[in-house]
Amino acid sequence: MAVPVAFFAVFFAYPVAAIVRRGLKADGAWQFGRIVDVLGQTDIRHVLWFTTWQALASTALTLLIALPGAYVFARFDFPGRQVLRAVVTVPFVLPTVVVGTAFLALVGRGGLLDELWGVRLDTTVWAILLAHVFFNYAVVVRTVGGLWSQLDPRQEEAARMLGASPLTAWRKVTLPALAPAVAAAALMVFLFTFTSFGVVQILGGPTFSTLEVEIYRQTSEIFDLSTAAVLTIVQFLAVGAILAVHAWTVRRRETALKLVDASLTARRPRGAGQWALLAGVLATVALLLLLPLAVLVQRSLTAPGFGYYRALTDADGGTFLVAPINAIGTSLSYAAAATAIAVGVGGLAAAALTRRDAGRIVRGFDALLMLPLGVSAVTVGFGFLIALDEPPLDLRQSWILVPLAQALVGVPFVVRTMLPVLRAVDVRLREAAAVLGASPWRVWREVDLPMVRRALLVAAGFAFAVSLGEFGATVFIARPDNPTLPVAVARLLSRPGDLNYGQAMALSTILMVVCAVALLVLERLRTDRSGEF
Amino acid sequence: MLLGLQAATVRFGRRAVLDAVDLAVAEHEIVCVLGPSGSGKSTLLRAVAGLQQLDSGRVLLDGRDQTGVPVHRREIGLMFQDHQLFPQRDVAGNVGFGLRMHGSAKGERSARVGELLELVGLPGAGARAVAALSGGEQQRVALARALAPRPRLLMLDEPLGQLDRSLRERLVVELRELFGRLGTTVLAVTHDQGEAFALADRVVVMRDGRIAQSGTPLEVWQRPADAFVARFLGFENVVDARVDGEAAVTPWGKVPVPRDAPQGARTLLVRPAGVRLLPIDEGLRCRVAARTFKGTHVAVHLQPQDAPRLEAACPLRSAPEVGDEVGVEFDLADVVVLD
Repeated sequence: MAVPVAFFAVFFAYPVAAIVRRGLKADGAWQFGRIVDVLGQTDIRHVLWFTTWQALASTALTLLIALPGAYVFARFDFPGRQVLRAVVTVPFVLPTVVVGTAFLALVGRGGLLDELWGVRLDTTVWAILLAHVFFNYAVVVRTVGGLWSQLDPRQEEAARMLGASPLTAWRKVTLPALAPAVAAAALMVFLFTFTSFGVVQILGGPTFSTLEVEIYRQTSEIFDLSTAAVLTIVQFLAVGAILAVHAWTVRRRETALKLVDASLTARRPRGAGQWALLAGVLATVALLLLLPLAVLVQRSLTAPGFGYYRALTDADGGTFLVAPINAIGTSLSYAAAATAIAVGVGGLAAAALTRRDAGRIVRGFDALLMLPLGVSAVTVGFGFLIALDEPPLDLRQSWILVPLAQALVGVPFVVRTMLPVLRAVDVRLREAAAVLGASPWRVWREVDLPMVRRALLVAAGFAFAVSLGEFGATVFIARPDNPTLPVAVARLLSRPGDLNYGQAMALSTILMVVCAVALLVLERLRTDRSGEF
Repeated sequence: MLLGLQAATVRFGRRAVLDAVDLAVAEHEIVCVLGPSGSGKSTLLRAVAGLQQLDSGRVLLDGRDQTGVPVHRREIGLMFQDHQLFPQRDVAGNVGFGLRMHGSAKGERSARVGELLELVGLPGAGARAVAALSGGEQQRVALARALAPRPRLLMLDEPLGQLDRSLRERLVVELRELFGRLGTTVLAVTHDQGEAFALADRVVVMRDGRIAQSGTPLEVWQRPADAFVARFLGFENVVDARVDGEAAVTPWGKVPVPRDAPQGARTLLVRPAGVRLLPIDEGLRCRVAARTFKGTHVAVHLQPQDAPRLEAACPLRSAPEVGDEVGVEFDLADVVVLD
């Protein structure tokens, strides 16, 4: 417990506090009047309103589109399922700037739809909503589907025998069991879309702006730190309120679930209805997830003879001190370090939260762990810059700074993924192990770990992917001679010219491939160790 | 004494689930705690194992106070009610778990696992998955797992609770034989008196967190301590009575009692065998309300006028039909004055 608390105190609370102090304290006195001033502005209130409703709409749309997918991936057995599961996760880890650009290429001026039918969505909110679904499809499929595949189907059968129709049985038995996972997924989607940055930045144009974009604008374009600090506080409070409500609902619903081997629950689809559902889900995946990625790859290949890719190995472009290709190694090692930190800290936190004697304070920490997701990555990065560059903690010159920031964003994923599974482990199994002579640490290793290994791997995968694609914080603290992939992409995109644009597309494609490979390795690992799927 | 509880008390909220319980178990003794659900018997086991903190009192093992000794250092075996086998390990992995925790070498471990599987009647089952085992087999694996580290004390929580009747009756004999041969000290809890009587050297009856009676199965069966114990053992013919000399006044009329019976206001038990049927015009007049076939005899439920029901054990051939009217008298040999 002490480790996660210390980690968050030093690397989260301290930098955020520093930036708030920097913004609101002038001439040694607190300027709380600024809060009222800022919130009184019409355009700021407009931003608040848009942030909220687009997040709600995105969440609803994502659940609507992704829940059938979660069901199909959890319960149907079909060729290519494993690969497809990994593929749908790829969008989630792509840098937001790349996704924005890919959607622009798809639905924007001169985009694919424009060429074919003259349809343009880039001036409407639909482009943003679709991009959000694109991003978060995997969140729902993974979080909900992961649990769904382990629910015992006999529970539903028992309800059928008691006279429930298929729909009623699902509603009364499966839905309540899934509810915590659905709530967790919905919460994640809401948080991501509430704090959406890159996508809105590119697709929103001058009309649409979220809090996060506004904070970025105030920080790095207008240099109005006090307004940025106020907006950070507002976002902080809003996210805190949502998390509190969420923690409350989840705790009310938490029950020990009877989990079964996932391979026992999946079977071939039967009947026209199920085949139609499968086809529908596959079509959705193809249109919504694969098409933008395909456009991305196609654009990276428009130069003859892989010209854009060959240009990546060239350090003379002037954009960087090193060849852009080096960003791959940098990104991978940073992400590996960040994953190790996130899994360590998150695993300890999840274990502490599962203890039966966990008090109110410890359980409250559950919600606090989610805060880094809600606080703008831009703020965290900027806070690192302000707070950790001077004694007592001067990490500015240390390579660990970037993995630390990335781990901060990864920890909530680890906790979120592990907690439901850990809580579903029968407490008497732990007692049985203890009676047989296992110390608390051995109990965790011998009983909990084998049962949550799958969740742990999924969590590590998420943490790795998030670290790999993290942009908002990294852009502030990555050193110029050691850019990560997303930072390199953004830098290339910000420069004019076809060559830079093409290189960005090529580098994005590489990032996408790296993520896909990492995820496929993960899925393979899972097969070998736990015998599932 | 191997195990001693001294004024052991556990409270859930304001309710005392264990209320100042004193209990001693000698080495090689098999003690069965018998009681209805909610009587605190499972909490008793959990307290001894260290899974449940005592609010006051002490648990002693070999005379040493166990306060502050964590579960995994108590060297006690506990077989859980629903076995709680580790689902991700095979049979050998389950049985060898405790040995591994105690750091025994691999070769030694596999030898011991084989020996134990032999002992519980599952030779060569080491590589099987626990999910593929039947209920009886799971029970045997759970037993082998609990015995493997050679615990000082083996505790069983409703050991045969979920098995079907014939299997239960066979296993209880096997268990008693096995424990006798190994010299295991056993503390078991059950709600099934048949199980307790078949298994135990000594039976401890619990009620509302207190010990209502302790004695050999025969003692408890012959002389239940009070109306609660008598009713819990399945005796129906229990009434308030006033004992005066060699007779007691009861709602059923005068009932003969042994000469040395305690006098005054008492509770009276008449075992079903002591309810003798007479022709209609003799003794207490009753109507036959129900009869149940018990294999060796028929249990006849009799309804006297203005008095509680009586249960009588009748031979198969002479049992009256439902609706018949009969007379009843009581046999001194099966009358027990309680309290």
